[in-house]
Amino acid sequence: MNRRRFFKLVGAAAGFTVLTPGAQAQAKGHPHEVQAAPAQVSPQKPQALPVRPEAYNFFSPEEAAFVEAAVDRLIPADELGPGGREAGCAYFIDQQLAGAYGAAAKWYMGGPWGESTPQQGYQLPLTPREVYRTGIAAVNRYCQLTYGHSFAQLNPEQQDEVLRGLEAGRIDLVSLGGPPAQTFFNMLLGNTVEGYFSDPVYGGNRNKVGWRLVGFPGVAAAYVSFIENFNQPYEVEPVGIADVAGGVVDLDEHGHPIHRPLAKRR
Amino acid sequence: MAKRLKPVDVVLVGVGWTGGILAKELAQAGYRVVGLERGHYRDTIPDFQLPWIHDELRYAVRYELMQDLSRETITFRNNRNQTARPMRVLGSFLPGEGLGGAGVHWNGVTWRFLPYDFEMRTKTLERYGPSAIPEGSTIQDWGITYEELEPYYDKFEYTCGIAGKAGNLKGVIQPGGNPFEGPRNREYPNPPMKTSYAGHLFRQAAQELGYHPFPQPSANVTQPYTNPDGVQLGACVYCGYCERFGCEVNAKASPQTTVLPVAFRTGNFELRTEAYVTRINLSPDKRQAVSVSYVDLKTGEEYEQPAEVICLTSYVLNNVRLLLLSGIGKPYDPVTGQGVVGRNYAYQAFTSVVLFFEDKVFNPFMGAGALGVSIDDFNGDNFDHGGLGFIGGGNIACSTTGARPIQSLRVPPGTPRWGAEWKKAVARYYQRNFSISFQGGVLPYRTNYLDLDPTYKDAFGLPLLRMTFDWGPNEHRASQFAAQVLERIARAIGPKTYVINRLSEHYSIVPYQSTHNTGGAVMGSDPSTSVVNKYLQSWDVPNVFVVGASAFPQNAGYNPTGTVGALAFWAADAVKRYLQRPGPLV
Repeated sequence: MNRRRFFKLVGAAAGFTVLTPGAQAQAKGHPHEVQAAPAQVSPQKPQALPVRPEAYNFFSPEEAAFVEAAVDRLIPADELGPGGREAGCAYFIDQQLAGAYGAAAKWYMGGPWGESTPQQGYQLPLTPREVYRTGIAAVNRYCQLTYGHSFAQLNPEQQDEVLRGLEAGRIDLVSLGGPPAQTFFNMLLGNTVEGYFSDPVYGGNRNKVGWRLVGFPGVAAAYVSFIENFNQPYEVEPVGIADVAGGVVDLDEHGHPIHRPLAKRR
Repeated sequence: MAKRLKPVDVVLVGVGWTGGILAKELAQAGYRVVGLERGHYRDTIPDFQLPWIHDELRYAVRYELMQDLSRETITFRNNRNQTARPMRVLGSFLPGEGLGGAGVHWNGVTWRFLPYDFEMRTKTLERYGPSAIPEGSTIQDWGITYEELEPYYDKFEYTCGIAGKAGNLKGVIQPGGNPFEGPRNREYPNPPMKTSYAGHLFRQAAQELGYHPFPQPSANVTQPYTNPDGVQLGACVYCGYCERFGCEVNAKASPQTTVLPVAFRTGNFELRTEAYVTRINLSPDKRQAVSVSYVDLKTGEEYEQPAEVICLTSYVLNNVRLLLLSGIGKPYDPVTGQGVVGRNYAYQAFTSVVLFFEDKVFNPFMGAGALGVSIDDFNGDNFDHGGLGFIGGGNIACSTTGARPIQSLRVPPGTPRWGAEWKKAVARYYQRNFSISFQGGVLPYRTNYLDLDPTYKDAFGLPLLRMTFDWGPNEHRASQFAAQVLERIARAIGPKTYVINRLSEHYSIVPYQSTHNTGGAVMGSDPSTSVVNKYLQSWDVPNVFVVGASAFPQNAGYNPTGTVGALAFWAADAVKRYLQRPGPLV
């Protein structure tokens, strides 16, 4: 689609009822104007932050070694692209655990705790931080007992064997001081997938490897003129939040990025 | 000691769709209205802006716009022999929190229920006899007909700018629309949405099989639109960030983009956010509500707001909880079957098929919350249930809502959940699959209900609501039937492979299903089987109105918001009549 045609299409979408943030602050009690002029998109846009030094906040070195090894087995490097380690999944999980998610900030964590059914869902008194802390220690204990090494020191086949044991609940982590194996495994797998496919601002999906793997464009463009192009691939360079905030992509008048065709790689 | 505030005409508890509609209607009529909302103020600018709103992790996975369970949740069990446990993490359904409620993060699918749905008991008895009603089911008529509600559906649709194609205009069937719908007085305000490739294939197959496909009615507005109140909405750009997100271009009808600006403009509506309502206070004889108590979450101070009329306009579950906490209406007792508050809780039962292809690419990230093609051939009583062993049905839809990757990595059956083989399948099939869903209605049963939990409390020490719920025989039989229909459609489309997801043996609160909880404060014509009369007015305390899907006696095979919006406009007229002449309206 050429750019002029794009603007024509999106131009037709203009016209809605919002005020700029400044005007809104003045209209206290009347946040909306009926028949307001079409919105100007956020005039002052924060810049993307420069690259800063990174370090694990929550994980100890042993825990980090475990998670780096695990995410690289859950999503291994292969001819399709980097694995979970290179994608930053371990750092992503560390940052998530250091923040509100790790503290179960929006979960109901009041007692009492007691017997429950699978249909009743998560019923442990542990926050995600505590699931990881106790879970990693228990798996490493299991690996020491079984293989004489910690998880990170095992070879990939052994690591897969341990992960399969956790997934199936065959390994008893509770007797080793950990959470139920499947609870730990499912949280680890879920967070790894999140790290591989979430916006890169969270520290994973580096170089948008997850989005490139499946062909997901990230921050959406206006697709109104493409959606009826049946069975026609839409192959573009994925765009992240920082790309838009940092002004490195062109935007249409509503602030949607204008996607560029995928550059040929390798 | 609570600080007593100056009396007003109307207090609204919760400011989402129902609160927003009542705020507009009553403030426009000149009444002084206060809206109490426990969440924060939020609006298109600055809260739903690019690029930040296109963040799957924050909004879809970590539930940025949804209820904070650390303060208040529900407890759940499948049956009375179990101990209910708190819903500690969101899953099965996603109530909103903050201005606009779930009306901010909804998809926008905006149905009218079938005429049959409002008279399900009567029509079932007429056509199939008493043996067709499953044992233990407490289905009942709504006490209102489709014809009575039609002008109010119209009002909601025109307020929102719904995009669709009429199938029945004043009794005349229209090509391209839903031939099974009840007669409507006029066409939708906006033309239907575009069709995705998946929707196109579904439509072709449905037509080949003799079914009647039509574009799903959508609150994702298809062209710039000015509604009857003069509020403007933008046009949808099919960005694929709709469900669980706010809309950056005001193309999704929400309270913020439709009714609230009008309510604010009157000068008669005052919104108080971070206001957590703890109870409705009654007169000594319990025949009159005098005020609402709430805590200001910013200061911890308690307030008492007196009003002539008090409307419960929060989510289904909180409407019922506040009735129980305030002692309004007799609580339901599942042992005797007596009592009404908490009775007839229902939900929705989904059955689906996922189709995987080798030769087709669907660009699944393009979409809109309500973009889809539907058939209604197996909904309500649109087909002969003779010998099928169940009543009711569901809408079948092929929806293209925008596949954000964390939550949309569907792989063919037999694929491992992780590792190299999983990664290959994800890379191959993310763009090469779609699903078709049967949105099954759910009957009420004597054993499914809501009451107060004896153990678990909210942040203020008040009991949580307890949900006791499981699928009944009707839902399982309907799901088996739907699976056969879906399989037929899937085969007609001809994928490489497909997988059918039937109803689980027991309802689980873990996987997301739908935010279509209903009942617990149902409407009807008999005070012994309903909490509110046909005007959503409490039988026991006539200056209390309970508005929302809490009034549905059973759940239909449709998304509820169209009916919720229509009922809110209907209730607003009733509140106006009450304010002119206080007393029971029935």
